[in-house]
Amino acid sequence: MKLIFEKSMPGHRSDLLPALDVPAFDLPVSMKRAEKPALPELSETEVSRHYTELVQQVHGVNCGFYPLGSCTMKYNPRIDEETAALEGFTHVHPLADARDTAGCRKVLETAKELLCEITGMDDMTFEPAAGAHGEFTGVLLIKQYHKSRGDEARRKIIVPDSAHGTNPATAAMCGFDVVNIASGPDGLVDLDALKAALGPDVAGLMLTNPNTVGLFDSNILEITRLVHEAGGLCYYDGANLNAVMGVVRPGDMGFDCVHLNLHKTFATPHGGGGPGAGAVGCKAFLADFLPRSVTMDGPGRLQVRSFAGNFLVVVKALTYILTLGREGIPEAAENAVLNANYLMEKIKGTFEPAFDRVCMHEFVLTLDKYKKETGVSALDVAKSLIDYGMHPPTMYFPLIVHEALMLEPTETESKATLDEAAEIFRKLYKQGFEDPETMKTAPHHAAIGRPDEVRAARNPVLRWKKEV
Amino acid sequence: MNYPASLQYSRDHEWLSQEGDIAVIGITDFAQHELGDVVFINLPEVGDEVTAGEAFGDVESVKAVSDLLSPVTGIVAEINEELMDSPELLNDDPYANWIIKVEQVTDTEELMSAAAYADLCETEA
Amino acid sequence: MGSYIPSSEAERREMLEALGMESVRELYKDVPESVLLDRPLNLPEGLSEMEVRAKLEDMAKLNRNYRIILRGAGAYDHYIPSIVRYIPAKEEFLTAYTPYQAEMSQGVLQSIFEYQTMICELTGMDVSNASVYDGASAAAEAAAMCRDRKRSVTLISETVHPDVINTVRTYCYGANAELKVVPAKDGKTDLAALKEMLAADTAGVIFQQPNFFGLFEDAEEIIAAVHEAGAMAVMSCNPIALAVMKTPGELGADVAVGEGQPLGLPLGFGGPYLGFMATTQKHMRRLPGRIVGETVDSRGGKAYVLSLQAREQHIRREKASSNICSNEALCALTAGLYMATMGPDGMAEVARQCMAKAHYLASKLVEAGCRLEYSGRFFHEFVTRQENCREILGALSDEGILGGLLLPDGESILWCVTEKASKEALDEVADIVKEALA
Repeated sequence: MKLIFEKSMPGHRSDLLPALDVPAFDLPVSMKRAEKPALPELSETEVSRHYTELVQQVHGVNCGFYPLGSCTMKYNPRIDEETAALEGFTHVHPLADARDTAGCRKVLETAKELLCEITGMDDMTFEPAAGAHGEFTGVLLIKQYHKSRGDEARRKIIVPDSAHGTNPATAAMCGFDVVNIASGPDGLVDLDALKAALGPDVAGLMLTNPNTVGLFDSNILEITRLVHEAGGLCYYDGANLNAVMGVVRPGDMGFDCVHLNLHKTFATPHGGGGPGAGAVGCKAFLADFLPRSVTMDGPGRLQVRSFAGNFLVVVKALTYILTLGREGIPEAAENAVLNANYLMEKIKGTFEPAFDRVCMHEFVLTLDKYKKETGVSALDVAKSLIDYGMHPPTMYFPLIVHEALMLEPTETESKATLDEAAEIFRKLYKQGFEDPETMKTAPHHAAIGRPDEVRAARNPVLRWKKEV
Repeated sequence: MNYPASLQYSRDHEWLSQEGDIAVIGITDFAQHELGDVVFINLPEVGDEVTAGEAFGDVESVKAVSDLLSPVTGIVAEINEELMDSPELLNDDPYANWIIKVEQVTDTEELMSAAAYADLCETEA
Repeated sequence: MGSYIPSSEAERREMLEALGMESVRELYKDVPESVLLDRPLNLPEGLSEMEVRAKLEDMAKLNRNYRIILRGAGAYDHYIPSIVRYIPAKEEFLTAYTPYQAEMSQGVLQSIFEYQTMICELTGMDVSNASVYDGASAAAEAAAMCRDRKRSVTLISETVHPDVINTVRTYCYGANAELKVVPAKDGKTDLAALKEMLAADTAGVIFQQPNFFGLFEDAEEIIAAVHEAGAMAVMSCNPIALAVMKTPGELGADVAVGEGQPLGLPLGFGGPYLGFMATTQKHMRRLPGRIVGETVDSRGGKAYVLSLQAREQHIRREKASSNICSNEALCALTAGLYMATMGPDGMAEVARQCMAKAHYLASKLVEAGCRLEYSGRFFHEFVTRQENCREILGALSDEGILGGLLLPDGESILWCVTEKASKEALDEVADIVKEALA
């Protein structure tokens, strides 16, 4: 595909603005840029065609199966897009007076009330723009809490080695030392390792439950009790809430604060990498430390961005929650778990689950043995799936499983889709023994073959330049 | 794998050769092989202090990053700037392409001979 | 109740049977009984699509939509071309995840590569990332880029948007790094004070162009002073002004950041917006977040991939300089689309119209009895001082006009004019102000 710059023709343009109707004003030459930016010059037809060409090389969850583990790629309802596009919401200035923004405030208040009920929290902010931003906000609650008590010796945050990379990175951004604790052979928190790490220097624990291998940690009450006894707080990474919403609540498991990924659990689209929304909820004793924003005033509160957060994303999530309601929320969770277990069951006997037991909303396959037998790696299997029009699962995560493929089908896939997917996995499993070469060079029918990532990193070409 | 007998080796897969008062440090064949294609190297500045057992920089491959742990304590006398532009030299020949030279060495980790190091790599592989 | 579960009851039973189970609750056997929720959630019953639409429409109606908006202060009411609204709503763009699998995401990756190029063109810098959350977090990330083992203090001008200052303060608090605010003089960064505050431990200096009060800073002098002290200069810019004003690249800034909302994104009560970040070749590997690079594929063709990933949290974990993962990709696509639609001349035209109309309103307000607070050159925002600020804003509101932002002293107003305001509307505003002042 040509780049948009390569399609540019001098003089092509769209007529969008009326002529200037007041006296012209210009900057003195000394303040002006020397040359105009080399933005493309195109007519509207050409712009439209360019993006239509691009869109043909994008796979979204609304296009087909997308079992990307830990990302909760569920169907994104169109009604959520329509409500968020209502002019009554889009055309509101963030610094408009409170009486002019009653509708936006009602959206935030309602979403807060419903999500506090779902998580078992007492208060919530919608300021964070994404999951990692929520983690940053949440861990700062922990930092402020200890500081407010004059307990500044707590310099460590405990993170299991199965955690998403954002957890340790967040703790470090908040000025904490990270203590990684090894998971037990069952993939769960090793209680002895946790006990050994706890002490008067520990500020808190970051945990997701169900965890990143898709298992619910049944020691959860013991874990949060141990952390609290040591004077630390418990942070819940909401990445995997989809498995348990309406069934069990982080607040009841003993967590003090949580972040939610509205763009995963609550069906708002991910837009090829954002915008998301990372709501952060907390128990009442932490509420005074929540960020200040347009809707949450108060001196001394920290601010993690401008204005009230990714508001229009919250509108989408609220639409979704109101649609599902009291019965629909747990029903979604139960069916996410059912779909994952069913798919795992259907794949079993070929690729092996890393932990052969009932899973939550996702499961991890390990291709360690398969790779030794066939030479075909998890990466090769992932790339082979592309030729079947299926988005590959998450690869090589969590780090504690070798040759990992992590599948999360979500509740919005039908039995037929799961049967079809399992059939493809079975076919590929066999192909590894019969024709490994084809898999090692897959995909064969995608827009491109495998890209040379080493070359990209060694000789970075990060922008287009006009050839001279 | 190639481990020249003229060099000394650390448990963290660095090699060291002594040139007068100066310690020359690089990564071993085993290390470059484990890393895969090296795409970037973060180096200290001349004059920085390095401490035995602590990181003085790191090397990146496409999907991994590894600390470079110094086998000695001292002051960085020279860095191999060629590696900044051509990190692949570490894959091509990790022994011809040293990473840093350290002077005023006050402490050195316990190091191994080539034979002992080869045994270590055998067990880690 | 609405539901997006496709399987029928019968199919679900079949699936359970395949698992040898009778009830879905058996799937939750690892959850201790004592922690299971023993009651239904206290949520309203689910709604049909028709009902939920009506409910949200009712909420939207509680907001007041103004026909003319003269308030900016970080969120700007520019004209959004129709095509810029429609293309990002295409389901493929909308519902894709981060482009981890390059073979299935060339469209997204190429759109980011094009966005990166446009940001480089606009700022005059060498390298751009794929976006961060917003302008404020971009400035905070830039402060972190400037810090190293020897230099840890960030300076920020008092004339930067207060939300940006507060956000940078929060990130510095997180990192246990010091932040100092450089005072303002006559609405601009006090250069003498800045020079005095610069020290051997100064990592970076953040200033805004045009600044919070709409004024152009003496960027050349600021950057020269910062560089003389061996620190890095971070310039936070309005992207529309960049179409005409001297760029961070031309001025020698080390990092350019800014709020990308003016590039085709609606006001939306504050988000989603996007933060843009660009830097020089020298500091390329210090940029946080996703970056797309060009390479070749196994067939020898051109291909785009997420590149330089070893900087990021999923690889570097606690040693990563930022934890950012999801960014604002669809907003970046929108911004790129906006810039492509406007083209270089269209962007400059927007900037010139904003400037001309702001100056026109300023002169009319002075005629009406307001005083301009500062004498410096401004872009599309300016501050006036007058009696009866609240009455003025109230009278404008009665006529469906959102007036400027009342500043904390209660006696001055920060106005903003974009290309959307016609001469007729601005004359009407001046008349209302005149009356309120009388």
